[in-house]
Amino acid sequence: MTGKRARVPAAVLLIAPSLVVMTALFAWPLVVGVGQAFSGPDGPTLGYVRRMLDDPYFWPAVRNTGLLIVVLIPIQFAFALTMALLLRERPRLAGLHFYVWVIPLAISDLAAGLVWLSVFADRGYLNSVLDHLGVDGYAWLSYQNTTTMFLAVVVAELWRSTSLVLVIVVAGLQGIPKDYDEAAAVFGATYWQRLRHVVLPQLRPSLQVALILRTILALETFAVAQALTGRSLPLLVGETYQWYNVLQNPNVATAIALVVLAVSMLAAAGYLRLLRDRTAAR
Amino acid sequence: MSSVVVYNLVKTYAGGDRRATDGVSLEVADGEFLVLVGPSGCGKTTLLRMVAGLETPDSGTVSIGGRDVTYLPPRQRGLSMVFQSYAIFPHMKVRQNIGFGLTMRKVPRDEFDRRVKRAAELLHLEEYLDRYPAQLSGGQRQRVAVARAIVVDAAVLLMDEPLSNLDALLRLQFRAELKRIVGQLGTTTLYVTHDQAEAMSLGDRVAVMRDGRVAQLGAPLAVYDRPADRFVGGFLGSPPMNFLTARVGGGALAVGDASLQAPDHLSTWEGRDVVVGVRAENIQVATEPAAGWVPARIEVVEPTGAALLLTVRLADEQLKVQAPATFPAAPDARVHLRAEPAALRFYDPESGLALDA
Amino acid sequence: MRRRRWQRAAVQAACVAITLFMGVPLYLIALAALSSRASLNRFPLPLLPTEPSTETMSTFLRSTGVTGGFLNSLTVGLGTVVLALLVGVPAGYAVARYAFRGRDTYQLFLLLTRALPIVVLSVPLARIFLDAGLYDTTYAVMLLHTALALPTTVLITAAIFVGVSHEQEEAAMIFGASPVQAFLRVVAPQALPGIAAAAMFAFMLSWNEVLGATVLTLNQRTLPAQVLTTLADSPLAYRFAGGLALVLPALVFIAVMRRYLLNMWGTTLR
Repeated sequence: MTGKRARVPAAVLLIAPSLVVMTALFAWPLVVGVGQAFSGPDGPTLGYVRRMLDDPYFWPAVRNTGLLIVVLIPIQFAFALTMALLLRERPRLAGLHFYVWVIPLAISDLAAGLVWLSVFADRGYLNSVLDHLGVDGYAWLSYQNTTTMFLAVVVAELWRSTSLVLVIVVAGLQGIPKDYDEAAAVFGATYWQRLRHVVLPQLRPSLQVALILRTILALETFAVAQALTGRSLPLLVGETYQWYNVLQNPNVATAIALVVLAVSMLAAAGYLRLLRDRTAAR
Repeated sequence: MSSVVVYNLVKTYAGGDRRATDGVSLEVADGEFLVLVGPSGCGKTTLLRMVAGLETPDSGTVSIGGRDVTYLPPRQRGLSMVFQSYAIFPHMKVRQNIGFGLTMRKVPRDEFDRRVKRAAELLHLEEYLDRYPAQLSGGQRQRVAVARAIVVDAAVLLMDEPLSNLDALLRLQFRAELKRIVGQLGTTTLYVTHDQAEAMSLGDRVAVMRDGRVAQLGAPLAVYDRPADRFVGGFLGSPPMNFLTARVGGGALAVGDASLQAPDHLSTWEGRDVVVGVRAENIQVATEPAAGWVPARIEVVEPTGAALLLTVRLADEQLKVQAPATFPAAPDARVHLRAEPAALRFYDPESGLALDA
Repeated sequence: MRRRRWQRAAVQAACVAITLFMGVPLYLIALAALSSRASLNRFPLPLLPTEPSTETMSTFLRSTGVTGGFLNSLTVGLGTVVLALLVGVPAGYAVARYAFRGRDTYQLFLLLTRALPIVVLSVPLARIFLDAGLYDTTYAVMLLHTALALPTTVLITAAIFVGVSHEQEEAAMIFGASPVQAFLRVVAPQALPGIAAAAMFAFMLSWNEVLGATVLTLNQRTLPAQVLTTLADSPLAYRFAGGLALVLPALVFIAVMRRYLLNMWGTTLR
């Protein structure tokens, strides 16, 4: 409750640089990007968009990206919730477990791909273990085995990105006063009833935020698949990379990027709606 | 030493729809201990913060020692302050905390040590000078905050609910100590609290505030004894003053079936209702009827140790009555009440203001 | 009672299983990167460090572009930290201390920018930087990473400044400090660990970012960009060594930042 009126200029002064930086590096590129995607040397054109749509890799990339989100995210959330609830039981060495579980927070998707490459490669550790057990190896990452290739990417992403959900859920759990849970226990609720009726409803805001954030990030999955499969498993952002770096066509690259943006914005709109709902509810 | 004069201060917070202080004027005399007391949201803290320079008023002036300081930053006002949350710096040792004001004033090393030591002695903190605040109890932190405030020898000392974060027992102890210390220093002090007992016990004068205005300003006992309006009577004192509606008629006051003698100055209220105010300790209580005593029925008996607090019903009104600890009281028992006419106060039922004798 | 003990055991077992799932791949990449070339060509691969060797790592470090990439990553990372703090800390302070008009909108704007895919910015930025003569410099990558780190920096520092009570600043000013002195003597020392955390966050973000760095450079590759662009043509040993080089800072980072993790990824995201 401090006097604000006289200090408004100070606040504006402090905020201004960040606004300038973000406008210059967010808004301006967006405008330029739209120009790149929709105008060629001879004025406005849909040619780049058409080339994008006609590219044999585009629709598989859309399908793979969508499939990845649909398969990965539910597993990931179940996994993160399990981890958070396990930690809540205060197991022995909880600190160590938590440390190991959140290490991937700081691991890039490229590094994660390389880590799992050592496991899934033809002469990698998984096949080595199988060999020790007397089972024949399998070409997990071969372009002929699309299912295992896809699953390898899912496993690597599950390994890498679940920690983000975990941290959000753990923070959310900490925000729930233990009283409610204890009260429910006093009134005879079983563990599952408490989870279902007390813990999860209060965790909903955290879960929603994590869900939207992870959806947006999953849309950008790319280096994991690059490291594990090259272009055998095309993903949307990977295609941008291909068009830009390999095919040297920034215009089509931008067109694909704008598709990613459009989908992300839809998710972000959900994010904001949700945020507003919660402020209104408060 | 200097006085603090506040003139017609108006402050509305940005986004607020009503005035936090609504034209407050008051003067704290040189060396005086003035307590601002009132319920939360009455504007007392805002007023204190404007004196401190932490808020700028919309209009009005603040002067300290005859100098207009309304728009000066806090550091140029020559005052010192104790905060509600103590606002002790956790990254500094107690010594640096106490001496912070001296460091800012670039006081030389030996004088710094001497003054910090003296302040620490005054507040029994000598052993803790090299500790960090996190290693201290709440009461000790409070002492550090007070030591920091007095070490600078400022002309004016401001205190914003300094005791409110202490537990009840500690609060009572430290209250007396604070009174002693401030009394020794003789500093002009402006003290904010929501606790009426604190206000009564500490202040040379108290200003009872309500809705951004000063409802009454005066010596604690005078304000307690003669509340200027119903709000002040209800706020100050524990239990609060009793109020009952009585009809003036033929030189008497009728409360239900009972009748009291009406003072002369109520003659203009003939045939109308007035509100009678009376303190619990000013009501005498007896088991046997007598002339001029009014019958009532006991509802609740609360022993407080030193006395009995009775809740009694008189006609349609409920009264708090303080009886001797030995008084034979039981719920539903019939008792008889009487009050000295001089102990009765009269208020306008509409405005709530006192009716002058 | 017996059932409870059984449950405890199940919880412990589940925790150990998950820790193995999370930890074993890290062990394996380290094992692979610290094996000799010869042992990597053997099959099946040994599962224990029977012949530890720095051969693979040193070959990787001596490969073209790796040292340069490493230095570039360092330059870009440190530059990002400096820029993000320079711009982000004042904004964070403002968000924490002043209830200025448009504060909510500003915070929404910050959250919104987090939803912008890096890829959308990178390609047009390459165009802009080409025109500005910044293309293929560490500055270009630095600017992009600053933009990416900025929203989080503002939100983290705001959370930190909120943690230092305003009354302390006021107390400092009452006792003779100017606003700047109050900030430097009272707020800054207490906010420092948190700001360091924000700095590490920015550095980590920059260290890990691949796509933008790849798009914005040709020769001045950062380490991940270098690894990514040479991925297709390099032997497995190189890729494993690259993987370990990218993972190692993460271990240190998380160990140092454990106290701040929840704050950084958990609460400020909301």
